[in-house]
Amino acid sequence: MANIIEMTGLNKAFDAFQVLHDVNLSIAKGEVVVIIGASGSGKSTLIRCINGLEQLDSGAIEVDGLTLLPAAKGRRQASGALQDIRREVGMVFQQFNLFPHKTVLENVTLAPIKVRKWDQAKAETTARRLLERVGLVDHIQKYPSQLSGGQQQRVAIARSLAMEPRVMLFDEPTSALDPEMVGEVLEVMRGLAREGMTMVIVTHEMGFAREVADRVVYIDQGRILEVGTAAEIFDAPREERTKLFLSRVLKH
Amino acid sequence: MFADLKAWSPELLTGIRLTVGMTFGSMAIALALGLALALGRISLNAWIRTPVIAFVELIRGSPLLLQLFYIYYVLPALGLRLTPIQAGLLGLGVNYAAYLSEVFRAGIAAVGSGQREASESLGMSPSQTMRHIILPQAWRIVIPPTGNYFISLFKDTALVSTISIAELMFQGQLIASDTFRYTEIYSIIFVIYVAISVPASAGVRWLERYFNRSGQRR
Ligand SMILES: Nc1ncnc2c1ncn2[C@@H]1O[C@H](COP(=O)(O)OP(=O)(O)OP(=O)(O)O)[C@@H](O)[C@H]1O
Ligand SMILES: [Mg+2]
Repeated sequence: MANIIEMTGLNKAFDAFQVLHDVNLSIAKGEVVVIIGASGSGKSTLIRCINGLEQLDSGAIEVDGLTLLPAAKGRRQASGALQDIRREVGMVFQQFNLFPHKTVLENVTLAPIKVRKWDQAKAETTARRLLERVGLVDHIQKYPSQLSGGQQQRVAIARSLAMEPRVMLFDEPTSALDPEMVGEVLEVMRGLAREGMTMVIVTHEMGFAREVADRVVYIDQGRILEVGTAAEIFDAPREERTKLFLSRVLKH
Repeated sequence: MFADLKAWSPELLTGIRLTVGMTFGSMAIALALGLALALGRISLNAWIRTPVIAFVELIRGSPLLLQLFYIYYVLPALGLRLTPIQAGLLGLGVNYAAYLSEVFRAGIAAVGSGQREASESLGMSPSQTMRHIILPQAWRIVIPPTGNYFISLFKDTALVSTISIAELMFQGQLIASDTFRYTEIYSIIFVIYVAISVPASAGVRWLERYFNRSGQRR
């Protein structure tokens, strides 16, 4: 199966602090990969490298045939190349980051209109279909501040999907939610996984990870320590540190 | 005093018109140039950023009155001859642009980085992100301080009387030197400035409330 994401020899430091050490990871089309690891281990940094929110120091990331390389010293990546990749890669954030000055509908139609150059009608039809699917079609004219956290996150997912991305990245999409709202967001993600969307998910929801992940990646202090199926990682971890981490997070 | 007011009203009205015109004209320059300077200040390109910072410091570090004199008396020697009105609009506009650029820069910075990241993650370019996501939110943040600068600009237009623009203050001085009725004329001028700036301040506060009410911030 063809890989849609190919990361080779990724290194990333913030000032003198090395966050990612020589990370290699390939993700196949349609695969659901869950990244787990302790706080500060570099999960967010890794996932943010995939759509260029963080710049590499060395190594390369190939996404759907487009390549992200480290920018020349002190310069940012040419924004054209970044935009090409970001068009194909959706990102869902822990804090939702909906546009507070725009309605739900505008949040979802903005990028398709401005980036994909769709006309209003096409963008709205798509937005309605996606909002229907995440169960929010009745809230189309509301502003984000009028929605609950779970509803906001579902809008954020619809907003990303509206760009018809090839890959979806999720950075702890349920961590900022009240417990009773976690389920509704995971349900939407489950649906996406079933439909064959390629997904890279950072989450602390281990039950969910076990259920949807084709592969689980355990990252420890910026290194990929162990990769395997959900059963391999959760039931029979090989590395001591993975065992230790799992025993700590699965206890509560 | 009311008889005086009647007698002087043509001059005073001309003065008010010029004062208000200078206020709006230089505010327009200040807003446009202030935004450009703010964007220059946050540019990633040091060749843009450094001169902008230097320019803003230059303007903020020297008196407005000196800047007006410089534009009106020194620039002609360098080949740029301006009418008093042009010099006044430019001087006030540039001076306030420097201050507003700091307000705008802070407003842009106050919009969380998550907004930029979300927008750019959707494939929007940096300039689309600025126009559709950052500036509309920053605008709400900067309305109150910008409004206050607007009121203060209105009062500072009195300074352009020194480069022979016949605005309200200048008219007052003319009348005073004609009639020697200092108390009456300057009291009237006093009242006129206050009668305009106090309601204008109230208007700014109303705008602020209006935008807070409709501003949908999480
Ligand atoms: N912009 C930044 N500047 C400096 N250091 C940073 C920056 N972003 C992250 N770091 C550091 O890099 C390390 C990895 O951060 P990262 O956010 O990737 O961890 P994480 O695995 O996502 O943690 P968490 O589970 O808490 O979200 C941390 O030590 C963090 O403090
Ligand atoms: Mg994180």
